[in-house]
Amino acid sequence: MKKAYLIIPMLLLFVAMVSKVDSFANNDWATSGLDESKTIKSEDSNEKKSEDDVEESHKAFDRMMEVLTHKRCVNCHPAGDAPLQGEDSHVHHFGVKGGEDGHGVPALSCNSCHQVENNDLAGIPGAPDWHLAPISMAWEGLSRVEIAQSMTDPERNGGKNIHQIEEHLTEHALVLWAFDPGVDSEGTPREVPPVSKEDYIAAVKKWVETGAHIPAE
Amino acid sequence: MKFNIKINGKAEVVDVDGNTPLLWVIRDVLDLKGTKFGCGKAACGACTLHVDKVAIRSCSYPVKFADGKEITTIEGLSQGGELHPVQQAWKEEIVPQCGYCQPGFMMATAALLERIPHPTNEDIDNNIVNVCRCATYYRMRKAIHRAAEIKSGSNS
Ligand code: FES
Ligand code: FES
Repeated sequence: MKKAYLIIPMLLLFVAMVSKVDSFANNDWATSGLDESKTIKSEDSNEKKSEDDVEESHKAFDRMMEVLTHKRCVNCHPAGDAPLQGEDSHVHHFGVKGGEDGHGVPALSCNSCHQVENNDLAGIPGAPDWHLAPISMAWEGLSRVEIAQSMTDPERNGGKNIHQIEEHLTEHALVLWAFDPGVDSEGTPREVPPVSKEDYIAAVKKWVETGAHIPAE
Repeated sequence: MKFNIKINGKAEVVDVDGNTPLLWVIRDVLDLKGTKFGCGKAACGACTLHVDKVAIRSCSYPVKFADGKEITTIEGLSQGGELHPVQQAWKEEIVPQCGYCQPGFMMATAALLERIPHPTNEDIDNNIVNVCRCATYYRMRKAIHRAAEIKSGSNS
């Protein structure tokens, strides 16, 4: 009787092993096995590529942010209704206000003093559509990550998608004024951002092209 | 270079460098001396006049931008021999002291009343940011409210 108890499970084990060998011979398995390995390989390369993209995107982000955090940009993205001015980003003299649409108050518009180009005789900066960014786009006091989050948030950026943001950052004359800011009222050239206009534009484009990744810092 | 400007209703052609400040053209070419030079850097407002009805600091406004536009200076503020409400109010409240800054303040106030017919003190603080060395601000504020009354005919 004891022997019979041992033989039955061994027989069952044998039958199971044979059926497994059958299934090993199945072509489906072979194909699926190959596919699987291909998939794994291509996932690997996608992952690698996307890692590269993220790294490249972060590099481009660093470069772009050297410009966007510069006073030439932040002075007109203040955390209140008053523009900032100068190398020390003091509050604009004379109690100047951005007003409802950022173009000044009814009888003191930005254009009372600022025209479409720099006035180096008087030391008054100017560019087309000179105005203050809306309060939803306030950058003053934000980290570069917070600036990027605000810039890419349609709730705060006026409903812009990433391509419209790219256009604003690389084509808007008022944004690009930062690289040609003229002289102040003493005739001293205003400081320009630490990255050239060409490198900055290339960085913005690269950042968008590589997925506009914002680092986690 | 030649520029066509309409000044106080009169068409003029001026032949000057396009970057010449409009104030220079007004005072030295067209010989209208009512508009004053204070700082030359858009800081004091003494040179305020209207370009297409907008208050502009003419010391920092290149004449090339005025081409084809209508300019009003303090000399053109009154119409048909009648004092402008701002002039009337300034007279009633005896605002000026030395008077140097006053044309700029009056032009800025006239532009304000076109946009905000009954300005509050806050509106005045936000919109009239010219500088008066004689500190006539207190009388000026009263005169601005008075000008608003005269202009609207509510208590003239
Ligand atoms: S002279 Fe133009 S603002 Fe002072
Ligand atoms: S009245 Fe003298 S500067 Fe204003």
